[in-house]
Amino acid sequence: RSMKHAATPGRNITRVLIANRGEIACRVIRTARKMGIQSVAVFSEADRNSMHVDMADKAYCIGPAPSQQSYLCMEKIIEVAKISAAQAIHPGYGFLSENMEFAELCKQEGIIFIGPPSSAIRDMGIKSTSKSIMAAAGVPVVEGYHGEDQSDQCLKEHAGRIGYPVMIKAVRGGGGKGMRIIRSEEEFQEQLESARREAKKSFNDDAMLIEKFVDTPRHVEVQVFGDHHGNVVYLFERDCSVQRRHQKIIEEAPAPGIKPEVRKKLGEAAVRAAKAVSYVGAGTVEFIMDSKQNFYFMEMNTRLQVEHPVSEMITGTDLVEWQLRVAAGEKIPLSQEDIPLQGHAFEARIYAEDPNNNFMPGAGPLVHLSTPQADPSKRIETGVRQGPTSKTTETMIVGLHTNIDFLLRLSSHPEFEAGNVHTDFIPQHHKELLPSRSSVAKESLCQAALGLILKEKAVTDAFKLHVQDQFSPFSFSNGRRLNICYTRNMTLRDGNSDVAIAVTYNHDGSYNMQIEDKTFQVLGELSSEEDCTYLKCSVNGVASKAKLVILDSTIYLFTMEGSIEIDIPVPKYLSSVSSEGTQGGTIAPMTGTIEKVFVKAGDTVKAGDSLLVMIAMKMEHTIKAPKDGTIKKVFFREGAQANRHAPLVEFEEEAE
Amino acid sequence: RAYHGDAVATLGTQPDSGSSVYQKSLALPLNHLHHFLKYLAKNSKARTLHISRGKLLPRERIDNLIDPGSPFLELSQFAGYQLYGKEEVPAGGIITGIGRVSGVECMIVANDATVKGGSYYPITVKKHVRAQEIALQNRLPCIYLVDSGGANLPWQADTFPDRDHFGRIFYNQAVMSSENITQIAVVMGSCTAGGAYVPAMADENIIVRKQGTIFLAGPPLVKAATGEEVSAEDLGGADLHCRKSGVTDHYALDDHHALHLARKVVRSLNYQKKLDVTVEPSEEPLFPADELYGIVGANLKRSFDVREVIARIVDGSRFNEFKALYGDTLVTGFARIFGYPVGIIGNNGVLFSESAKKVSTVKNLCCRKNSLILNQVRFMVGRDYEAEGIAKDGAKMVAAVACAKVPKITIIIGGSYGAGNYGMCGRAYSPRFLYMWPNARISVMGGEQAATVLATVARDQKTREGKPFSSAEEAALKEPIIKKFEEEGNPYYSSARLWDDGIIDPADSRLVLGLSISAALNAPIQKTDFGIFRM
Repeated sequence: RSMKHAATPGRNITRVLIANRGEIACRVIRTARKMGIQSVAVFSEADRNSMHVDMADKAYCIGPAPSQQSYLCMEKIIEVAKISAAQAIHPGYGFLSENMEFAELCKQEGIIFIGPPSSAIRDMGIKSTSKSIMAAAGVPVVEGYHGEDQSDQCLKEHAGRIGYPVMIKAVRGGGGKGMRIIRSEEEFQEQLESARREAKKSFNDDAMLIEKFVDTPRHVEVQVFGDHHGNVVYLFERDCSVQRRHQKIIEEAPAPGIKPEVRKKLGEAAVRAAKAVSYVGAGTVEFIMDSKQNFYFMEMNTRLQVEHPVSEMITGTDLVEWQLRVAAGEKIPLSQEDIPLQGHAFEARIYAEDPNNNFMPGAGPLVHLSTPQADPSKRIETGVRQGPTSKTTETMIVGLHTNIDFLLRLSSHPEFEAGNVHTDFIPQHHKELLPSRSSVAKESLCQAALGLILKEKAVTDAFKLHVQDQFSPFSFSNGRRLNICYTRNMTLRDGNSDVAIAVTYNHDGSYNMQIEDKTFQVLGELSSEEDCTYLKCSVNGVASKAKLVILDSTIYLFTMEGSIEIDIPVPKYLSSVSSEGTQGGTIAPMTGTIEKVFVKAGDTVKAGDSLLVMIAMKMEHTIKAPKDGTIKKVFFREGAQANRHAPLVEFEEEAE
Repeated sequence: RAYHGDAVATLGTQPDSGSSVYQKSLALPLNHLHHFLKYLAKNSKARTLHISRGKLLPRERIDNLIDPGSPFLELSQFAGYQLYGKEEVPAGGIITGIGRVSGVECMIVANDATVKGGSYYPITVKKHVRAQEIALQNRLPCIYLVDSGGANLPWQADTFPDRDHFGRIFYNQAVMSSENITQIAVVMGSCTAGGAYVPAMADENIIVRKQGTIFLAGPPLVKAATGEEVSAEDLGGADLHCRKSGVTDHYALDDHHALHLARKVVRSLNYQKKLDVTVEPSEEPLFPADELYGIVGANLKRSFDVREVIARIVDGSRFNEFKALYGDTLVTGFARIFGYPVGIIGNNGVLFSESAKKVSTVKNLCCRKNSLILNQVRFMVGRDYEAEGIAKDGAKMVAAVACAKVPKITIIIGGSYGAGNYGMCGRAYSPRFLYMWPNARISVMGGEQAATVLATVARDQKTREGKPFSSAEEAALKEPIIKKFEEEGNPYYSSARLWDDGIIDPADSRLVLGLSISAALNAPIQKTDFGIFRM
């Protein structure tokens, strides 16, 4: 069966088209280059300046920004493959990677699709089918309902039979979309409808399946690899238990605390699963595991996954290289016995999101980015650079909220270090992982104030270079007064509270900063290294060095302990809309589309009333009234695009 | 060019800082100054009330007006000190000084509404007019932060009728505006009666809503005249003047907004400072400025080398001395301060004929080249000197001082008595700026000399009348005179009456000079013509 589906095995691949963008495209290009294979990139108009376009040997524009008209447009990609004479297409992950029709189309056009045969994608793509195949192959599966009858009544009965809590999932779903956990019969109907809506939107198919919900389970997945010669091996398991919004945050390989015999059983079950669908290429078999290390088949991802590097790290392999070799008809380079298991690897995903705001996704220009140097023990997969608008990034990021500080807290949590992970890890340890925004230490406020003052000085110093009168003491930034000391009253905003800082300029260039009843002796200087500005600073004799970025009335300081963000309050006369209009929830929390508008000018609302609904990053957000009042103006109509922080609704100014 | 060709030998020596004289001298002038500074920072009920209304204090207004973190050259902080008996008028009820606003050096005049509602005492008028005089001489744009109830009525006779009284303020505004020196008014409080002309005569003005008011007759006067009751806001508030009357141009929400707008107005002046002199990178002196306290001290009879003072003021302590061997009681030469070229004239003891002639030459040279500074001690009188023709030579010096059109700046660092005050460019000779150190003294002669003169006159009279003149009588005669001279020669007495532009900390001298020169160079340097020198 495998030979039948193989697209002309044995053909040499000298040029590969990568039907993707971002870090995976870059990743594939690097391996291809290493193997002497030329790479062809495709890009949408929005990604013209992206890293993968620069890296590829050749790149083709395939249409406008929406992925439907570019990265998801099969005909265009096939056309580019032909024009560029690429023998193979690597789909990366996401986009067309698990698209059966595309795999089939490639085959018909005589292009090697680097991935499994379309039949395997189909079999594994429909969850009800995959479960029955697995059950037949002797792979343990979780009890559930995968039937055709999608009536509310039927689904509800099955849910009752399986026993609450249950999980309902879109049959064609993935990535947590169209998925709900239902803990009792009472909430079944509401959750079902909500899941169906989401599934319809995401997959244009609202068929649901029901599964027993394993409480506090671990999410363990096995990396498998098959070739056209009927061989399948496993490259051990990864633990991806720590999730938020059902998306992975940290992956670890091998899974901690797994007994060797369980590891072997896991691997062999995964191999059986792959063989049952004549799998070729890289794939992942996902299991859930209960506290007694019993495991059940969940689904198989018929693609290379984002987290594949952790498996590569512990086995010393390059899975993209394997993909290219196997696609060209070669056998898997290593036999099961020869695959080593050495060490331990983690992958942390840095998302453009705000953990303090329920992991709300963010989008916007990436203003500042710097990453640590990669080395054999450290890998950085990124597809973004400073400059363009992007969604995911790494390490030191300004302009977007990210989960970096959250990751730092997560990875140093004692339970995480002990390996006691499960999918409810974040809710369970919510308090420690997401402490309510504690106020910034006074010392840090001093640093921020100093950073601001020194930046001002740098601007003044730059200004005086342009004038003839360069050395006038009037262009000093020493705040000198005659016979009295200059004390400057600054206000910085820490979260939602204004902090008054009285800064006294001393004659020796240091500052006394008074916050409430404490006074700090502060001095320091700015230095530039490459493109970054560092603040070297001493607060009451404690020296520190932090990276300083000041942007749009916000001061960012990056230190070893994480990042600090402090706002500079914008005076009322500079904010364009009246201050009432910009308070609370009446500004767009992120860039997105206005889905629904519930109010119009003149309406009277109470605090907490829904004003409108936004859709951003495929999620719904209801914007609520921050206070009682009368609507003066609604700035957007349904279907309009609103940028992050754009005022959405203005309230009538209250009579003074 | 030879490697050392452009080098200049440095000046100055390290003082014996352990010596008792140095140590004793160190403490004196500063303690004195700090004692008076406490008076500046006094808290009052009016202050608390002012702040509670959301208004900024005048110095805070200036802090927010000038470029962030930039220095401010405040003038005459001691104006009005002990001038009106029990009525305290800190800083004369008005803050004046020079600061950079959007990169432009401006004269800032800010009423202090916490002092009798910002009303004008005679000294307030004098300080305001002096600030305008400085602005006119140095072509500095003026920003008036107005918050004043107008003339102080009980003092109307000393504020209203004379040439340099209240009316002069508006005269100056008109004259400066006509000479293209921008006048900007920010109405941050009341602006009543004559005061209404400050914004009305400005080139551009700003008013703060619900805070600033402009009217020729305030509500009490309206009621007295017509019986009509009207609120200050309706009579002359921001809304009226911005929307209806058109008296004001910009509408500000609060103090901060108003100052922000004022900065924007200055920015749009498109002003460019053009220097008539060369500048070089500035360098700190080799010796710390605070050693000046120990070197100079408060004892005027103790002599010190004025070169030690110069060494702590000029760039790199480098001083090109001129005629070092001739008339050596006067030190003359050239140096740079913050990169600006200066000629320096400093007393090193009494003035003799040749010193006076030397000064005239240096002044001539300075007019060809650059600006100058004078430091002064005292003039010597006596038969021998008269015979040498000191009156003639002194006159040359005075004429040279009077006619030199380069910016002149005077710091009185010791006693400034009689004709010495004239020759070394005292107030009457219109130096652009005149400052005093806290240890300085200014009077027609020293207190003891004056007492002795009077005692001698008295004794001569008694002798003529054939009456005895006991030493007790002499002491009784001398004591009040010495006391009076001591009191009136005191810099605080002088500064309170605005005979100078302020008492400065000796250690600040370099900075004050640098700021003053920088301000002075906003005006083009005029060509100098001297009158007849009697040879």
